[in-house]
Amino acid sequence: MSEKLVFDAPEIMIDRPTHYCPGCHHGVAHRLVGEVLTEMGLVDDTLCVGSIGCSVFIYNYLDVDAVEAPHGRAPAVATGLKRAHKDKFVFTYQGDGDLASIGLAEIVHAANRGEKISVVFVNNTVYGMTGGQMAPTTLVGQKSTTCPDGRCADEHGQAIRMSEIIGGLGGTAYCERVSLDSVKNIRRAKKALRKAFEMQINGTGFGFVEMLSACPTNWKMDPVSANTRITEEMIPYFPLGVFKDVTKDGEE
Amino acid sequence: MYQDVIIAGFGGQGVMLIGNLLAYAGMEAGSEVTYIPVYGPEMRGGTANCTVVISSEDIGSPIIQSPKSLIIMNQPSLDKFQPKLVDGGVQILNSSLVDPEKAEDRVTTYTVPANEIADGLGNTRMANMVALGAYVQATGCVPLEQVKKSLSSVISSRYSHLIPKNAEALQAGADHVAAQMK
Amino acid sequence: MSKTKRIFIKGNEAISRGALAAGCTCYFGYPITPQNDIPEFLSTKMATVNGEFVQAESEVAAANMLLGAAAGGVRAMTTSSSPGVSLMQEAISYMAGSELPGVIVNVNRGGPGLGDIGSSQGDYFQSTRGGGHGDYRTLVLAPGTCQEAYDMMIEAFDLAFKYRNPVLVLADAIVGQMKEPVTPWEPKAADNHGAEDWCIDGAQGREKRLLKSLFLEDGALAGQNRNLQSKYEAMQAEARADVFECDDADLVVVAFGSIGRIVKSTVRRLRSEGKKVGLVRPLTLYPFPSEVLRDLAKQGKRFLTIEQNCGQMVDDVRLSVRGIADSEFHGHMPGDLPGSDDFIAPIIKHLED
Repeated sequence: MSEKLVFDAPEIMIDRPTHYCPGCHHGVAHRLVGEVLTEMGLVDDTLCVGSIGCSVFIYNYLDVDAVEAPHGRAPAVATGLKRAHKDKFVFTYQGDGDLASIGLAEIVHAANRGEKISVVFVNNTVYGMTGGQMAPTTLVGQKSTTCPDGRCADEHGQAIRMSEIIGGLGGTAYCERVSLDSVKNIRRAKKALRKAFEMQINGTGFGFVEMLSACPTNWKMDPVSANTRITEEMIPYFPLGVFKDVTKDGEE
Repeated sequence: MYQDVIIAGFGGQGVMLIGNLLAYAGMEAGSEVTYIPVYGPEMRGGTANCTVVISSEDIGSPIIQSPKSLIIMNQPSLDKFQPKLVDGGVQILNSSLVDPEKAEDRVTTYTVPANEIADGLGNTRMANMVALGAYVQATGCVPLEQVKKSLSSVISSRYSHLIPKNAEALQAGADHVAAQMK
Repeated sequence: MSKTKRIFIKGNEAISRGALAAGCTCYFGYPITPQNDIPEFLSTKMATVNGEFVQAESEVAAANMLLGAAAGGVRAMTTSSSPGVSLMQEAISYMAGSELPGVIVNVNRGGPGLGDIGSSQGDYFQSTRGGGHGDYRTLVLAPGTCQEAYDMMIEAFDLAFKYRNPVLVLADAIVGQMKEPVTPWEPKAADNHGAEDWCIDGAQGREKRLLKSLFLEDGALAGQNRNLQSKYEAMQAEARADVFECDDADLVVVAFGSIGRIVKSTVRRLRSEGKKVGLVRPLTLYPFPSEVLRDLAKQGKRFLTIEQNCGQMVDDVRLSVRGIADSEFHGHMPGDLPGSDDFIAPIIKHLED
């Protein structure tokens, strides 16, 4: 054997080029989900609830059963699906426009009910698929196609911090904000996913992982600058960390 | 056989309960029945009412605009429903609370001092049962015994100890009308 | 007695019991009058069948929970009343597009807007034209009695799975709130028409499955629409109507749901006076029983459509008899409680026209 394989994708990842832009973090997030599902032996028991946004095509990349939810409704669809199949692993994968704007009621109440589902929340501070409009997570001063002079706090309000909200709800078992801007943070993100998924497997409760992610195209940046923006602009406003972990008594 | 009735009174007089009881007894006697509580705009005016239809064939309208009979538990109900009663219709008036002088000649009226009779049996709240007993006697739309037997299906189990007294009240109302019919 | 004992229950309870008899194991709902008896009844009863009851945060969420459970291939339903059903249209459209079976009950109340809590048939168009966005239809059943409410729930679940399509049961405040004797019965065994071959329940030993309504590839959406249209064509076989005293009738009244049964009293009374009037009461609103009406039109009958709205089903009656006959219309305003006396004058007027 002249070549030694040192890096391979898990079988759950369908071997095809993604439609994502160069530097987009959806590919990384998909892969982390795929790796954790594989390592936890969940692939054939997983039901994926897709959402509306760039990641609507997640079903093209992960080899698991999937259903497509209307915009923002993935937590409600996942609630119905999990109630129908309590022994299966159900997760949603949602962007920030989907989850934090149109789907705010659904995510808050699914978490508050303590639905035994897991939510992967990709926050890139912008509506990606529709062309870079202002999202509820767009930072003050950040330019978008619907706030070309930059988000103005007086007029548009400030960026909504979802992990802080979800972490404060009674039904949430695990809630962490991670970032995909560095290798170290990506490793941490994988651990967070595993932790959140375990909460479902053990029947503990609702698991939520927010991933700060880059959208170089709509940010009008090259991929390296986009990563730097996460580090320098997003993380200071969206602090990383665990916002709730019911398995750690006395800690928040 | 076809009979319809509007049962009307103040809220709290138990008109819905005797409506349910009459319809239930009708069903147990093998008839088709419908029961509908008053609903929507009709609810205005301080009266509660319900409509019961008992028939040997399938029932069309459960809502009756020109009733064949009435059970009137208070004065506002008489004012409201007597004009709608068909000519030759039958009405039971609770004369404890309704002025019998207001009864029109074009209809057959049986007056029953339901509150007083119920009082005499130990509880004014059974006035509704007295009135229903009177109605069943006056119209013969269901056997009185069937109504008594149905009490246990309509009264919640919490109040099952009151069933014998309610049966007495039904009988007392029937007896009162039987005397008038002679 | 060979017959099962009759029980004396509200239409809303008949709907609930019918759903349980049909094998419904997931209920999602949100409070709204006049259908609250249904979630109240099922909140305790679902547990007795190892089922799930969720009071959702909104009708939007309830309908999407229905979508999720339907994707899992189980018998699930939601119930609401007019304003709530408006909020459900998004999910219903997705379910139709993704070919997911589920039952939605609308206990129709007055509108538009908040309207009132009394009976109305104002949601006929919304119910029979799809209701949400895109070219789709839901099967629509219209009970007029508590027994029909019970029976149609069982039928609704069967049709939903037979056609992999949402089924709407369009009741109204009268049917929901009135009590009648109902003979409960249980179907032999729930036939999910091979749901195990399309539902998502984990790809154990099989290819993964995908349930979606997004079709972006060249020609894919057109293909899906052709597929849906041929399904709706096949559904036409399910059309049913109750035909009463039409043989020698000069005038046929067409009325559905509670108005249909109320008009039946009017027809009986006019018959007793020698008036030649009959009644067709559609039991399915989509598919609409056009053949029944067309056959009557060919016999030279005239038509009067009576609805508790401002003229909706009359369009379908006219389409059914087009080229042969027409239909007059009498609308009873939502907001006014209807009774059989209300329809005497309009029927006599059109009978004598």
